[in-house]
Formats: sequence, structure tokens, C-alpha cells
Amino acid sequence: MKKSLLTASLLVMPLISMGWEFRGEVALEGRYFTQDSPYPEADYSTNGSAYLKPEIFHEWNDRDDLFTFIPYARVDENDSERTHWDIRELSWIHVGDGWESRVGIRKVFWGVTEGRHLVDIINQTDQVDQVDGEEKLGQPMINFSLVRNWGIVDLFILPGFRERTFAGEEGRPRTPLPVSDDALYESSKEDGRVDFAIRYQQYFSNGIEMALSHFSGTSRDPLLIPQNLTSAELQSLILTGVLPAGSDPEFTPLYNVIDQTGLELQYLQNGWLWKLEGISRSGQGERFYALDGGFEYTQVGLFGSATDLGWILEYIWEDRDDSLASPLASDVLLGTRFTFNDVASTEILAGIIYDTEEEEKAISFESSRRFGNNLKATLEARFYTDAADPLSPSALYRDALRNINTNPGLGPISRSDFVQAELVYYF
Amino acid sequence: MTFRLLTASLAFALAFPLHANAQTPEERGLEIARTADARGDGFGDFQADMRMVLITKRGDQAERELRVKTLEGKGDEGDKSLTIFDTPRDVRGTAMLTFSYKTKDDDQWLYLPALRRVKTIASRNKSGPFMGSEFSFEDMRGQEVEKYTYKYLRDEACGELTCYVMERYPTDEHSGYTKMVVWLDKAEYRTWKVDYYDRRGSLLKTLEASDFSQYQDKFWQPAKMSMVNHQTGKATDLFWSNYQYDTGLSEADFNQNSLKRAR
Repeated sequence: MKKSLLTASLLVMPLISMGWEFRGEVALEGRYFTQDSPYPEADYSTNGSAYLKPEIFHEWNDRDDLFTFIPYARVDENDSERTHWDIRELSWIHVGDGWESRVGIRKVFWGVTEGRHLVDIINQTDQVDQVDGEEKLGQPMINFSLVRNWGIVDLFILPGFRERTFAGEEGRPRTPLPVSDDALYESSKEDGRVDFAIRYQQYFSNGIEMALSHFSGTSRDPLLIPQNLTSAELQSLILTGVLPAGSDPEFTPLYNVIDQTGLELQYLQNGWLWKLEGISRSGQGERFYALDGGFEYTQVGLFGSATDLGWILEYIWEDRDDSLASPLASDVLLGTRFTFNDVASTEILAGIIYDTEEEEKAISFESSRRFGNNLKATLEARFYTDAADPLSPSALYRDALRNINTNPGLGPISRSDFVQAELVYYF
Repeated sequence: MTFRLLTASLAFALAFPLHANAQTPEERGLEIARTADARGDGFGDFQADMRMVLITKRGDQAERELRVKTLEGKGDEGDKSLTIFDTPRDVRGTAMLTFSYKTKDDDQWLYLPALRRVKTIASRNKSGPFMGSEFSFEDMRGQEVEKYTYKYLRDEACGELTCYVMERYPTDEHSGYTKMVVWLDKAEYRTWKVDYYDRRGSLLKTLEASDFSQYQDKFWQPAKMSMVNHQTGKATDLFWSNYQYDTGLSEADFNQNSLKRAR
């Protein structure tokens, strides 16, 4: 043990001295679910989880070459699907005169709004990791970036598709049916299809920022199709309307090939930040459009204190057929952020997303503060109110057979309200 | 000879008061500010490391470390700067890109490494604390001549030197101050002390700079800056080190691409 530690430090020490940097974070998470699960397999009210994310950096050639390696691993007490690992980043960036090449596994974010990241499409969502969809899987890419006076152009070649992660049967929150590992692809190359993307962005000194992007490839959003029944089971379902005992119903993810054009616009004036994101996508049913637009405004030094109060108001809209619609098809987001500007960097963020059609509400509350120099604690709560109960597996299949597709809304995640505490240590 | 000396001194005696009378205290203040500003011109680019020590009323301390890279604006353009945060560790890798302007609000972007996201800073936060310290955002930014009006008060001894003492009034309505009293030494126009008066007109904070060194045979920089808040009893010390000029920075080091790999 001591010997191996010594060997390890002998190996690591010269690396550090040669411009290698090693750091990372480790976190513990505890969740308490305030309601009984609608699923017998996920019948628990507390869950513990932990993750480790080391980061290794190296730079050479006077910082014109940068190497990054960020593996990631999580263990979860109840959900074997949430116990997973990934390479978030393993990349080499080379900086040239007016250009950059970035090769390897990376994460790229596009977008300006807070409610729904419509334009952001390069990376697959690590859905099982975080329900807010902000965690992403590492994407293999060759990215060439050109910097000119008239803007920045990014070209992406994306070999290797990543399937979305989903909670397992024992997961909370989870999908009404477990999601099969055997995905269906429109492309005959399946997950081996090479996708392409391009983005142009420009900033103007009058406060306007804009970006135009186009993606051509396998959709990151799968359609979930109830499948995996034998013909006998299907017969029985058609005759009785109920899945026979012993059947093993599943969702099969279907990944279509799509073309998506995206627009990002931002306008800053007198402290008001106006934002708009819009997409047009073809290849998944009929061509559809979706928008997210609104503003952000910060009241500085509330009541003479050091506290800032930020406001976010956005409207999210989509003109897609109900059967394929996202739960965010006609929703309003109202968010407030208290930034205390204190030594501990205390913050409180509260948000509500209100579905103007289904009248469902998703309420989230997040607060964080630092302890000392290396420790950060967050407290988070998510509540879904006025959400219908999820459809039973039999009902899901009946609807699928009749080709009736109702907007699932928040149904699939109803009765999974939770409160979460997380402690992150940075090393 | 005597006659010529006499006429010369007469002419001088006549001219000098005339000159002094022609310049109002406001003009004198502006002239001093311009001279001080001009002495900082032509630096091209520089980089420096900063350690910030936050001290509570009880004496508890917290530290922050960051690095600053600045590129001087050409002609009428404002400076561009990149601030990279190293500690506390949860904000490590966060970077801020600032395009400053002489007569309008700065453009600022923040890179959040965990999300790989660049966010535009919308808030016109001038008076708010910078990283929880006693320095506000407006204290940390460049002090362009155009952003204030001035009034020369007096000459006064400051340590072994003689200082100009003048008042400075922010023209920006979002400033947290109504006035500042500034002590600059007459020899090198270095700012040794600033008293800040809040919006109610009472003394809020005092900044004292010390341990100046000269770089490139021209630019004076303090190694320590201490800000004391008289109203809360809290204080912040800034320790500057590793000042480097002419490091070869260019426009290419101050765009969204470079912000994302600033580290």
C-alpha cells in the first residue's frame, strides 16, 4: 500500500513539474422523496449517491497546445442505471493564428436562455445524472474554429453517437416504462453515423450578440416507443385492453436523422438582457418550430444591502404535434436569484415553470454556499404540482396501438418531488 | 544684466498669478488627472497575479487568488482585460472578459467552466462587492479620466512626498459614490490614498496603496492595496505580484474562444 503510494507519487510528481495539473471534485448527494413512488420497483423515500470527477490538464508550446482529461463516475444507492461512468473530456486544443482546432471528446454549449436549451445540440444529455438536463455526456468531435473581425465560425465533425441515459426501473424520477438498451436508428449506420454542425457567432458593440447554427445528423432527442411484446402478448392486449401477466413492456428509443437550424439572439440595454432562442427541425415527424424568449434583469443592492436580486421571465413555445411534443410546449418560466455577495458566495435561486395549457407547475429551489476554501454545499428541491399521474403500462400500449398520442406533460415524473442536499469537495 | 533680471522677474511675477487665476480648481483637477492618466499610457499589455485577503470585523480571514491580463486599447478604444479565478476552488477556471469603454458601460462576459457556458453579465453592478470583498466592481475597473469630474483642493505632505489632494465626482448615475478624495504624489502621480463617500455623502471607505515599484522604467504599481470600510469595520487587502509588461498579448487573447480556454 505504502509502496504503491510512493510509486504513484513518483510517477505523478515529475508530471506536475512538467506543467501537468491535477485537480477535481468529489461529491456526496442525499435525496428525500416526499411522496410514495407510483412504481413498486422504486419504492423508497431516501437515496444516496456520490460522484468523482478528476481533471488533468497539460499545456505546452506557450499555451498554444492544451490537453484535458476529465473522467467521471457516479455510484447510486438504488438505481443501477445511475451508477455509471463517462469520459467527459479527453481533448487536445491547438491554437493557431486566428484559428483553433479542438480534437477529442468534449462538451460544447450553445444558447442564451435559461428555460429550455433549444439550440444546444452537440452533446447528449446525461438524463440519469441530473433531471434538469444540464449534465452532458462527452462527445467525440473534430472542431475547427475560425476567428475573424466579422465573427467566429465553428465547424464540427461528430463521429460516434451517444445514446441518452435514462433512469432504470429502480430510479426516481423514472420513465413509466423502462427504456431498452437496444435503440432503433433511422440511419443504417446506427450509432456510427458521422454528424456535422456549423455555427457562426458575432458580437456587436451596441449590445447585440447573435449566433446562427445548423446541425445535420442523428437527433439527440429520441422518441420513446412502447415495444418488446410477443405477438401473443399483443393479441391479448388488443382483446382485453390489459397487458398479460409476465409480459416485459419497454420503451425503445428511436433516433431519427434530423436537420436543425438554430438562432440565438441577445440584446443588452440599460441592464435589461433580452434573449431569444429559436429552432426549426425537420426529420422527426413534420418540420416544427420552437422558441424560448424573455429577459433577465438584476436589481442591484437590494434595500441598501450588498444583495442583488435577479429576475428571469421567459416564454417557451413549440408548434409540434402533441404526440411528439415536449412537456415545454407552451410554458412560462419565472425565476428569481438572490446573490448575497458575501464571503461564502451565498445564492438562492427559485423558479417556476407553468404550463399554460395543462396548468401543471414545476417548481425548483436551489441554494448554495461555500464553507472554507474547498467545500461547497447546495440544497435543492423540486416539486411538480397539478401533474396527472403517469399512465399505466397497459394504457401506454393501448394509446400507442390506437395511434392516440396525448401530451404526456409532467405525468411521467409526477409523484417524484424531492429535496436534495449535496456536498462537493474540490481538490 | 540687473535690468534684464528685474524685467524677467517682474514678468514672471505678473504672469504667474495671472496663470493661476486663469485655471479654476476644476481645471487644475482635470489637468492633474490627465497627467496621471497619461503617465499610465503606452503600457501595451501587462499581466499580474493578485491575492485578495478578506478580513471580517472579528479578524477572520478568507483568501481569493486571481490573475489579470490586460491589453491597452489603441487610440480612443478602451482596454480589454481577462480575469481568471484560481481560488476559492469551486470557482477555479471561471474567467471574466471585459471590454471597457471611456464613455459607456463596459461589456462583460463570464465563462462558467462546469457548464462550458459563456454568459453576458447584464447587471449594471457598479457598487456591488467584487467577490465578497470591500472592493466594488467600479473600484476594480480602469479609472478613465472621462468617467469623473474633478476639483483640486490643495497640496499636502504625504509621508516624505508632497501630494496633490483633489476631489473626484463620478459622472455615472449608477456609481456607489458621490465623491472621492484622492492623494497623488507630485513627483510621479501615484495614487497613495482615496477616501470614498457614499451616496448619502458620508465617509464609506479608505484605500491606501503602498510598496510601489517601477516597471519598464515608467509604470509605477503598488504591491499592496488596503481597503477599509469605516461603516462595517471590514477590510480587504490586495497583494499584487508577478507584474509583467510586454508579454506579447494581442486582440486574439481577448475573445470568446480565448475566454473558454483561459484557465
